[in-house]
Amino acid sequence: MKSGGAPRRLEGLAFVAPFLLLYGVVLIWPLLMGIGISFHRADLFGAREWIGLGNYATALADPVVHQAIGNTLLLALLIVPPLTALALLLALALNRATRGAAVFRGIFFSSSVLSVTIVTLIWRFILTPDAGLLAVAADALGREPLPFLSDQALVIPAIAITTIWWSLGFPIMLFLAGLQQVPADVYEAAALDRAGRWTTFRHITLPAIRRTLLLVVMLQTVGQLQLFGQAQLLTGGGPGGGSRTIVLAIFEVAFGRWELGYATALAEILFAMILVVTLLQYWLVTRREDAG
Amino acid sequence: MASLALKDVHKSYGDTLVLDRVSLEVAARELIAFLGPSGSGKSTLLRIIAGLETADGGEVWLEGRRIDALPPGDRGVAMVFQHYALYPHMTVRENMAFGLRNAGVPKPEIDARIAQAAHVLEIEAQLEKKPGQMSGGQRQRVAIGRAIVKQPKLFLLDEPLSNLDAALRTRTRVELAQLRQRVDAALIMVTHDQAEAMTLADRMVVLNERRIQQVGTPMDIYARPANAFVARFVGSPAMTLAPATVMPGNDRFARVRLAGGAEVMTRVPRNGLVDGAPVSLGLRPEHVSLAPAEAATLQAEVILVERLGDRTFVYACLADGLEMIAQDIGSSAVRVGDRVGLRIDGDAAHLFEADGTGRHADAAT
Repeated sequence: MKSGGAPRRLEGLAFVAPFLLLYGVVLIWPLLMGIGISFHRADLFGAREWIGLGNYATALADPVVHQAIGNTLLLALLIVPPLTALALLLALALNRATRGAAVFRGIFFSSSVLSVTIVTLIWRFILTPDAGLLAVAADALGREPLPFLSDQALVIPAIAITTIWWSLGFPIMLFLAGLQQVPADVYEAAALDRAGRWTTFRHITLPAIRRTLLLVVMLQTVGQLQLFGQAQLLTGGGPGGGSRTIVLAIFEVAFGRWELGYATALAEILFAMILVVTLLQYWLVTRREDAG
Repeated sequence: MASLALKDVHKSYGDTLVLDRVSLEVAARELIAFLGPSGSGKSTLLRIIAGLETADGGEVWLEGRRIDALPPGDRGVAMVFQHYALYPHMTVRENMAFGLRNAGVPKPEIDARIAQAAHVLEIEAQLEKKPGQMSGGQRQRVAIGRAIVKQPKLFLLDEPLSNLDAALRTRTRVELAQLRQRVDAALIMVTHDQAEAMTLADRMVVLNERRIQQVGTPMDIYARPANAFVARFVGSPAMTLAPATVMPGNDRFARVRLAGGAEVMTRVPRNGLVDGAPVSLGLRPEHVSLAPAEAATLQAEVILVERLGDRTFVYACLADGLEMIAQDIGSSAVRVGDRVGLRIDGDAAHLFEADGTGRHADAAT
């Protein structure tokens, strides 16, 4: 080309520079700094002492951290698969051009616009054993109300259900967008090919929305491994740390105990966990795609 | 026995009537073209036969079995979609096998049918490819292959050539003509291209305004269009319809006077035509020729010349503003702006009554 590569490239760079600068300052730089801080004994007031992998060693031996990692993984496991399946089912049911479907799309999405504060308030009213909605229902059936938020065995499922209810809207929208990419005539061809409902779903719909499915699972996994607000506001991590998640633990270490170095080390561990899990998901799905 | 029979099929979307009591019989192994402009109801009719739409009333019979209440897959029809509707994530082989597997056809038989169809359609080398890796023409072959392997009693083709470029279209037209010799089933194709319909179909069904306008062989429809719509829609360039009045007389055939004053003696029997009644004189380009002034019926000015090599179409404007298309030899020297004489071949002219009904030259004499 006659206009020359180098000046044009500089021109292009000038256009993206403002964004890159901001991105670097508020994201990349803190990320690198965080890694640096995690090798120090540091507090929020600026004291720094190099201790190498000391924080990481502490974390590996810390029963609180073990419990938080266990809670977080269990929550992700209890939330992501049912949430994905439920969102897909609802999207399939709502994927039509009727007015009723439009109304229900709005209803199902409405929970997503609420802040976590409102969501936990609502679910507190439902879950609380004294006069909560479920307690009233249990009472009407002549049974003892269950202490959802104060029983070690019930608190994780309770937070999972709250989160599923809150998070349903966005995956439904993603699935709907994916479903609408499938041309109608492909379904008609399948009808002429004697494909029943299940066959059509299994062989036409599912392969067509495979990428969307991967996106939803990855986004939800990333999101739920960072679950914080619901646990903090519903239970404060209790009872006995039974609902303390990793991010809640980081929060407590950083802003309760002022141990910034240890908190960033925990954050780096979470970062690595998320990276491994999502890459694994991506690899599992795309590997099958290449083979098939 | 008729292969397919439609009886009083009608359909509305809300208050909008899209098919008004359509009846039709298709013979075994016949190739029928549904021809009509957009919105004429031709695609809806095809989809009702396939079971993709439900008729509000009427019956659809295929080989002695009433099929209009059956789901699409149980009707014994196969369809080639306009945009092919191949399953994108399946290979060509899987695309063709899908319907057979759902129908419970044994595996060896599926393989045999696919092998045969692939051989006929020359897509053996593509069997393990996915549709996304193929050209439009190849995809169409796969779509046809997917229909053939089902060994249906009736093939339905929705605008089969509309997505192909001009060269491929002509080739595919020839291939479709050959294909139908090999399959033991009737074929119905929907098209808005009259050349496609004329070249391929045994009979054409011309649809417009929700109704069948005429059913007949291509030549029958071309030579004896039932009404003014059919006359204009079939044939390219379109037939000229010149306003005229029936002149009084005792001849066996009608003589008409054009709005500009010229008189044309036709060979359309005059019985039934009222003296002085307004009619349209229908003239195909090949029945209007350029002539020296003394032999000409009309004088006109040339406004457009289309040279096709073997012949030339001359679009001429009469003194009263009427546009008429004449045909001239390929080497015609006529140019835009020339004043020319037009000679009308009254023996071949058609007359259309005020309601559009066509009357044609008496073939017997």
